[in-house]
Amino acid sequence: MSKAEFICIHCPVGCKIIVENEEIMGNECKRGEEYVIQEMKNAKRILTTTVFIEGEQRMLPVKSDGEIPKELIKDCMRELAKVKARLPVKRGDVIYKTSTGINIIATRSMEKKQE
Amino acid sequence: MFAGGKMKAGIVVIGGGPAGLAASLKASEYTDVMLLERDELGGILQQCIHDGFGNFIFGKMLTGPEYAEHFIERARDAGIDIRVGTTVLQVEGKKIVASGSDGILEIETKAIVLAMGCRERSRCQILIPGTRPAGIYTAGTAQRLINVEGVMPGRKVVILGSGDVGLMMARRLTLEGAEVEGVYEIMPKPGGLIRNVVQCLHDYNIPLHLCHTVVDIKGKKRLEGVVVAKVNEAMKPIKGTERFIPCDCLILAVGLIPENELSRQIGVAIDSRTQGPIVDERMETSVEGVFACGNVVHVHDLVDDVTIAGEIAGENAGKYAIGEFERIRKGKVIAGENVRYVVPQILRGMEDVTSYLRVEKEMENVKLIVSGKKTFEKKYRIVRPAEMVKVKVNADILTSNEVRIDVKS
Ligand SMILES: Cc1cc2nc3c(=O)[nH]c(=O)nc-3n(C[C@H](O)[C@H](O)[C@H](O)COP(=O)(O)OP(=O)(O)OC[C@H]3O[C@@H](n4cnc5c(N)ncnc54)[C@H](O)[C@@H]3O)c2cc1C
Ligand code: SF4
Repeated sequence: MSKAEFICIHCPVGCKIIVENEEIMGNECKRGEEYVIQEMKNAKRILTTTVFIEGEQRMLPVKSDGEIPKELIKDCMRELAKVKARLPVKRGDVIYKTSTGINIIATRSMEKKQE
Repeated sequence: MFAGGKMKAGIVVIGGGPAGLAASLKASEYTDVMLLERDELGGILQQCIHDGFGNFIFGKMLTGPEYAEHFIERARDAGIDIRVGTTVLQVEGKKIVASGSDGILEIETKAIVLAMGCRERSRCQILIPGTRPAGIYTAGTAQRLINVEGVMPGRKVVILGSGDVGLMMARRLTLEGAEVEGVYEIMPKPGGLIRNVVQCLHDYNIPLHLCHTVVDIKGKKRLEGVVVAKVNEAMKPIKGTERFIPCDCLILAVGLIPENELSRQIGVAIDSRTQGPIVDERMETSVEGVFACGNVVHVHDLVDDVTIAGEIAGENAGKYAIGEFERIRKGKVIAGENVRYVVPQILRGMEDVTSYLRVEKEMENVKLIVSGKKTFEKKYRIVRPAEMVKVKVNADILTSNEVRIDVKS
């Protein structure tokens, strides 16, 4: 007998999903099932953070273009602390390739500040 | 230097967050629109870099800036007269005075859309005693410091309040290398969505202390620590449970209040429960030709609902400006049992309505009952104060002078 409880984080509904003897219950949609299977195998998350911008005081918001294994997120943050983006950028531009193979992309477009 | 001066616009939208952007876009289908924003377009979304936006409108989770940019691009293409860095100072009738880089503008308009969003509750509004050292921030200010300006507010942090913003900040600070000692919540349940408790606290082993509050603040120039204590059912601190936590940063994530100085100036009637303008289902306020949408009306959990409200306000402001809007004020909606507030509060009573309501307390297996000319019932497995309840009601139930909404077991 095995029983485990999860809360699906794939949408604001936040279904409570119970897994008992390989049976998955409580998810309101298919994404919940996929989430639980992934969570039991290897929990992964999208990373959202910011990076520095060359010659500017403000930060550029970025995210991982795919999910990163949870335990590697801290390493990614360490790598990203050294990154400096160059303006202008467009939303979706690849800003950095992490050692996990997942790209970090810009989540907004930004022009250079006018002098 | 003084390119300012007198101008005219069919509609003026005040505030360029998701509400104002959606309203401007819709309104521009009817007449010329001027959008005034004191900072940059996107509003609070530009500092909400996490993903969690647009699940219902886009069918996927976007970050705040991504969600905003979709609408900003469309607003630029729609030929809207967008003026950023422009603060509205005063509204008198349908005359608006704003100040921006071009000097002082005086704009005459036919219709106004209020979309100023909300601001945060601060320490004085929740009455924490103690000294006033540096190192105490509201969650939104801290979010802006880290995500936009790249400045860390502290190294060892205590967070008061477990709403979504507090939860997000706990994760963000941890990722950036700070130590979050814990999140303290005065209520017996977390204030934010459960998914955020999971992905922000559980993922990073950050403890959540329910039924706790901060009772004292220590430190002279810089914060040196806070005293937390358990609270009883009446939310009063329990003697003997006090605990000192050394920290250099306290984050207050204790809620938002609609920003309604301008609305009051115009004479718009304010609902004491929502702290926002009283509106009907077309988002018209008590002042004719003045519409309102988004967090200025009531604090929303989901930006998708803000966009929808913005579109309704924009469409009807547009119709008003071209003389195709008839003002009707027929029924009113009463917030009944276990209902803290309902929006809209006033009904024209002729069309189907989506009512938004917040419950007072968490309840399981409840019925939501709408009683008007007829009665309508809907079952819910669970209702929580942290999650807005949305219910679509048919016009034939609403054609009555008084409609009441109750949530009972
Ligand atoms: C910190 C925080 C985190 C959130 N996280 C999430 C989330 O994860 N998921 C989700 O779906 N929703 C989230 N929300 C909710 C959602 O972002 C808001 O409901 C939404 O942004 C509200 O939009 P708005 O346009 O009403 O207000 P805002 O975005 O606040 O925009 C109001 C705009 O009006 C401008 N303004 C105000 N006064 C004036 C004036 N006098 N003159 C000119 N301009 C003025 C302001 O500068 C601002 O740009 C969050 C909200 C906050 C505050
Ligand atoms: S199972 Fe589906 S509906 Fe439930 S939280 Fe996950 S994504 Fe949302």
